[in-house]
Amino acid sequence: MDATRSDKMEREFPGTLPGDDVRQIMWRYADRFDLQMAVQSARSLARGLVARLVADGQRNTHEWNSRKAELLSAFDETGLTTIYMDPEEGGFIEGPKNLALGLVAFELSWVDGGAATCSLASNLALSPIHEKGTAEQKLFYMSRCAPPQPGEDRQIWRGAFALTEPLPYVGVDTGVVSGKMRIASWPAGEEPILQIDKRGRFITNMDFANFVTAAVDSADERIKGSCMIILEENDPGVFDRGAPTLKMVHQLSSTRDPVLSLKVPASRIIGGYTVKDGVIVPNFNHSEVIESVFRRTRVPVGLMTSAKLLSAVEPIIRYQRSRFRGGAACAPGSPRHDLGLQQKEDAVQRLADIWACGEAGASLAFAALRLLDEFDPIERDKERLLAAQGVIGARATMKLFKKLETEALEYIELASSSVSAGEHSRAAELAANPLIRFLVLEAQANVLCPACKLWNTGQGAIMMREAVGLMGGYGITEDCPGFLFQKYTDAQLEATYEGPEAVQRRQLSITMTSELFLAQLRHWLKELKAITASHPATGAGAVAAALELWLWTLAYLQKSKDADGKPLFHNQRHGVVFPLADALCWLLASRYQILDVLELERKGPESPVLAEGLAGFVNFFSDLAGTQSGRTAGEAARICAELACGFHREARQDPELAEFSRLRGRVDLALAGSRRAKDRAAEALTKITIPEILDYPV
Amino acid sequence: MSTGFHIVVCGSLVPDPLQTLAPVQGPAGPALKNELMLPAVLDPFAAHSLYEAANLAKKAPGSKIWLVSLGNKAKLQQLMMTVAQKVPFELVPLDGPASGFTDSFEVAAALAGAIDKIPNLDRSRLLLFGGCASASRDAGVTMQMVGERLGILDQFLAVDELKVEENGSLRFLERIEGGRYQVSVCSGPPAMVAWATGNLPEPPNNPQIGMQNMRAIMPALQKAQPAPVATSGITFASVTLPAQQRQTRIVKDASVEEIAKEIVAWIKE
Repeated sequence: MDATRSDKMEREFPGTLPGDDVRQIMWRYADRFDLQMAVQSARSLARGLVARLVADGQRNTHEWNSRKAELLSAFDETGLTTIYMDPEEGGFIEGPKNLALGLVAFELSWVDGGAATCSLASNLALSPIHEKGTAEQKLFYMSRCAPPQPGEDRQIWRGAFALTEPLPYVGVDTGVVSGKMRIASWPAGEEPILQIDKRGRFITNMDFANFVTAAVDSADERIKGSCMIILEENDPGVFDRGAPTLKMVHQLSSTRDPVLSLKVPASRIIGGYTVKDGVIVPNFNHSEVIESVFRRTRVPVGLMTSAKLLSAVEPIIRYQRSRFRGGAACAPGSPRHDLGLQQKEDAVQRLADIWACGEAGASLAFAALRLLDEFDPIERDKERLLAAQGVIGARATMKLFKKLETEALEYIELASSSVSAGEHSRAAELAANPLIRFLVLEAQANVLCPACKLWNTGQGAIMMREAVGLMGGYGITEDCPGFLFQKYTDAQLEATYEGPEAVQRRQLSITMTSELFLAQLRHWLKELKAITASHPATGAGAVAAALELWLWTLAYLQKSKDADGKPLFHNQRHGVVFPLADALCWLLASRYQILDVLELERKGPESPVLAEGLAGFVNFFSDLAGTQSGRTAGEAARICAELACGFHREARQDPELAEFSRLRGRVDLALAGSRRAKDRAAEALTKITIPEILDYPV
Repeated sequence: MSTGFHIVVCGSLVPDPLQTLAPVQGPAGPALKNELMLPAVLDPFAAHSLYEAANLAKKAPGSKIWLVSLGNKAKLQQLMMTVAQKVPFELVPLDGPASGFTDSFEVAAALAGAIDKIPNLDRSRLLLFGGCASASRDAGVTMQMVGERLGILDQFLAVDELKVEENGSLRFLERIEGGRYQVSVCSGPPAMVAWATGNLPEPPNNPQIGMQNMRAIMPALQKAQPAPVATSGITFASVTLPAQQRQTRIVKDASVEEIAKEIVAWIKE
């Protein structure tokens, strides 16, 4: 940004709330009309039927009913049922669909998280089949789950995904399942018939599921290990949908605790099986299946909470401005009439915080989804290559990857530095190896996905409380515009389902120390420092300083012991590794928020629609990023300080901690401008034009 | 022998009516504040005519629909992300202003010129559809002028229903004063039909239809012809939003009969 441009931008505020033109650039789908159409479909459904269901009090019952079931046919009609499918299966989006699923979840949860869950759950049921199923399984179930085409007379199938079980396991320890499979009969030369016993807990879609993809373990010496298996409602035995879960949130989704005891052919094992020495060996154990599923499905959940925060902005602005209208001492045209509560700095600054947090969460989630879209085909290439090379089993794969790690690190180094032409060819050579690219992207995905699920939902729930608070007494009523109270409570479920916060922290504590990830993180640090010089208002300097402190703290903790001589950094020492994971999430969210602002500044001029308002939007989003960066740097520095200093018996002044103090001091100084950014963002909130009324009912 | 109709629907974008619309004085005359930044929708009466066209085309095999739209092509592209999912059609975009401050005469000339150039348009089967008025240009005369320029003399205004009779004639219900309909019949196309709301609900979004439409819409948008609609010779003396009127009384325990009587009395005033 040159000086002239910068001066010009400092004077301009956004005229309106950001529309699709802005978001398509920031979230990188301006050239994808398939995704833009999916967004419009989901939006019209969300702000139409979904909003009416919420306004009519349909969230006030646990039971599924005919009104809620209208959602399913609406999903079918608007193409959301098939959004997960490839065109040949009845879908309309070619290639990976992570970003598409995220956008749909974002739009639905803008109004109601339960509706989004209902939509996502069908995809979740199909995910194991899509990711690891045999060709026959994919063809059979995908074609039945696609809505009937004109001239076809059949009922659409819907699925449920059953991993979580009643106590004691509850799904937290996903390595252990109490659902069991045994061989019921195995006539010579024929397909074995399995007896499956599975009790589920909190299983979404159970009211209407025609099939269940269930995780089970062997209880028979003639079956090895665990698997995921497909159970159909008409299989012989018991398909008891169970009691409705008495949840207080996400009531537009069906949730029950099913009891399933069924006989099914072994061909229902997802991914198939082989018979070795008279033993059935599933081709994929249940952990392998759910790992590939959850990596993808957890990110849209994180995005759902961010959508809630962003959706809260307009109702809060309207409430703040109209707060005193109609009163005796509030003449039209007076500041009290026009601005209402927005005359007070606190009201608008807190709203700026909410928007900034939602923005950061959305940026992180969309970055993760784009990464997954890039990762999907590479992961499939990897599987093909490994099979072709005869690398079978986790141990052999790990051995090969260990060997490739050095080259992957070299690739990261070359790709991130300005190098000579000769070295470029080496980078190109390394990049041409799908296994290298797989390792690099996997290291990112293994951090970004849990970080998004953890931070967006956890911090998002905290900020939703702020949003509710800004609506005064209205905030806790059923008819609060924007359904903010419902969104606040829904956020808590989003922090819990599909892997609660502890699971995400546990995963992060392991993946964030991968050398492949840390090498990329160091490169991102350099990148942030460069952004600091060109775009200081984004707060990149504060994030860079905090990231540097985080990296130092990690290294310090990894080699240090506490006052009792126990190692500080150990994967079971949650008091150390979990907070450090939390701090990293803040940093990542801010980084992607800043990158989205730069993208808008770079690509915005290409949009003829944005030409007149671009400067205002770039200024405003820079200020929101600057606001959030200040918060991020503060949080990360506080956590690092507690961890670096808090395990000593007394205050110490050793050389190492002097370095810590120096780095922490740089973080503090780098906060310069962050509060000025918040002042400007808050001022913009008093000027921004909002629609006359909310576009969904109360 | 060719069957079905060739239905040309004229319709473009207007700012979403839920938005705050504030008139401002721009360099080229009056405009709406942040007009380009405001979300847009398909002009409501024109949208009804598009849905009626699709319904008619479905019942008359061999029919084809064109949507002729005059508007900023970048905004039209955004609009198509929704509209293209509703019904199958071919877009004929004209890159020009869709502002409420353009002149109907100039707009009609641009639309008629574009329709004239549609390849393989069979005038003998032509039904020219559009809204009886625009949400932003409410002169209510554009469609008549387009029809005149195309030589279509059978014109039907504020139509809520079109039926194709067994003998091929077209029967219309046109809105007239007092909440009544005028029944009109013409022998067949060509005809101009300026629709009111019709009888059909908004079709749900169907991305399959959207993807099919978009294959032709995107190239058409890239090749959209500039249509600088002139406003020379027009002076806007003043531009204001319609004043909102709200007369509220709080009355407790009124019976339904009393409320009904009061409403009838108010209507008769």
